[in-house]
Amino acid sequence: MSEHDVESRCDTVKQNGDVKQNREDTIGEILRQRGVSRRDFLKFCSAMTAAMALPASFAPRVAQALDEVKRPTLVWLEMQSCTGDTEALLRSANPTVAEIVLDILSVDYHETIMAAAGHQAEEALDKTIAAYKGKYICVIEGSIAMKDGGIYGSTGGKSHVDRARQVCGGALATIAVGTCASYGGIAAAVPNPTGAVGVQEAVPGVTVINLPGCPVNADNLTATIVHYLVFGKIPALDSHGRPLFAYGKRIHDNCERRPHFDAGQYVEQWGDEGHRKGFCLYKMGCKGPATFHNCPTQRYNEKTSWPVGAGHPCAGCAEPQFWDAMGPMYKRLPNVPGFGIEHTADKIGLGMAIGVGAAFAAHGVISSLRKDKDPAEKTKED
Amino acid sequence: MSEPLVFKRYYVWQLPVRICHWVNALSILLLSITGFLIGYPVIAGSSPDAYVMGWVRFVHFVAGYALLISVISRLLWSLNDHCFSGWREYFPFLTREGWKNILVMLKFYFFIDRKTPDAVGHNPLAVTAYVGLFLIFFGMFASGFALYAEHAPGGAMHGMLKPVYLLMSTQTMRLYHHLGMWFIICYVINHIYSVWLLDVKEKGGEITSIFSGYKYTTKLHVFSEGKECDENGCFIKTKK
Repeated sequence: MSEHDVESRCDTVKQNGDVKQNREDTIGEILRQRGVSRRDFLKFCSAMTAAMALPASFAPRVAQALDEVKRPTLVWLEMQSCTGDTEALLRSANPTVAEIVLDILSVDYHETIMAAAGHQAEEALDKTIAAYKGKYICVIEGSIAMKDGGIYGSTGGKSHVDRARQVCGGALATIAVGTCASYGGIAAAVPNPTGAVGVQEAVPGVTVINLPGCPVNADNLTATIVHYLVFGKIPALDSHGRPLFAYGKRIHDNCERRPHFDAGQYVEQWGDEGHRKGFCLYKMGCKGPATFHNCPTQRYNEKTSWPVGAGHPCAGCAEPQFWDAMGPMYKRLPNVPGFGIEHTADKIGLGMAIGVGAAFAAHGVISSLRKDKDPAEKTKED
Repeated sequence: MSEPLVFKRYYVWQLPVRICHWVNALSILLLSITGFLIGYPVIAGSSPDAYVMGWVRFVHFVAGYALLISVISRLLWSLNDHCFSGWREYFPFLTREGWKNILVMLKFYFFIDRKTPDAVGHNPLAVTAYVGLFLIFFGMFASGFALYAEHAPGGAMHGMLKPVYLLMSTQTMRLYHHLGMWFIICYVINHIYSVWLLDVKEKGGEITSIFSGYKYTTKLHVFSEGKECDENGCFIKTKK
């Protein structure tokens, strides 16, 4: 972001104080009031069209729809989380936080960025969900602690699971941002002391869109909301509840290092020649072949980079059962449960094969000392 | 000893059975070698257009399809009424005679008694192992093709294998796919050893039979009490 951008952003924020926020204004009107140029608006629409995996010819339609629709009410709840998804959103550039939070969305409740605190804040939430019942979008960040009646996570004296049931129950749709909210994530890793689960599991029966990733890619969150605004329905989901436009392809199949994989050129050690040349990270435990996400194309932080692009293997953070099923981070295969660590399937398998081979070899030694059977023997017995 | 020995010529392995056996053997060999190279790519490509891993994976997938077609063909072939290749042969543990023969075979392997059961085709312990092997095959097909189909999510194969994806994560599939290979390798060690033992030491004619289809033996093949197999593999009733 250049200095000029920062200045113009500051001007926009100053102007915001004067502009009366009217919930009934369309997004297009609000943007014009804020002095967002038509050009920037169309650039945003093109970026969102691409993020939704739609052809470029859809960009004018996205622009037209956003011009006409009213902004939705949105509440953002923090559960058991590290606030990493909020951080990803606040640091996202496309759109900037000013655009998404102040212009496009009407965020009525967000613990991290709202001015209100304590009972005032909780009151605001209660009011919003009562006034816009069935019309607001609920975003949940973090896993929900279910153990012992949900006592391990609470906000404002209410347990997270109760709050989630209440807020998600009245929402038009719930967006679970980040792996924790989607599937339990790191908090749900063995031994899972709080009984952490994802939103869909904690509140069955409500419509949940999962946007896993650690953190969520803010562009995917924006695209999901834009999809709803443009088409009036939630995007097509896969069997894990993830939008197909962002999770429809495997990282491995869109990876910029894939040609090195097919060629047989691998990083063998950190910092070796292959690593410096950008070879495939398969042997360093890359989970790209097991992970569905649009990281290679969408990337993070203004499309600057992503883990594999920066020379680190994919950790598989966007998959269900991350952390447990994706470990160890720098090995190809999980360890075999029930055996000590460092016991891989192939070590155990090789041991098994050697054991079986030795047993049959011993049997063979004993057998070969015996006389060959006379075919007539049986006849004699009879 | 004055009586001459009467050898009967049994047609034990029909041509489709032999073809399936050798397709299985070849594809298991190829799958194990290429599978190992996929897990531990020790052959390095010298340039970005070498396509080493590409070819290794291609061979693995073709051999995987070959094994799948061979195993399914063999299962369909077993729907016939042939004594040595029909499905009845595969469930000795369902009949009393079968259990008796499994015990005889176990006693033989543990050097308790040298007697082998009245079986010309599969021995009853071996077919029990084959049932287990086929279950491992289907575990390998499920995990292998589920991993393979992930290149085209939403495709027909991906849709057909949906239960597998719901059952376990991709990494768990990989783990079981590796372990499955080692179980099959253990089975192969057992298989080759037993063939040597029963042919060379016990003169059962196993090795030649899988090439020619015929076994020459003085034995009878008793399926169950009062039921035997003739030289062509047809069931015949015997008087008690």
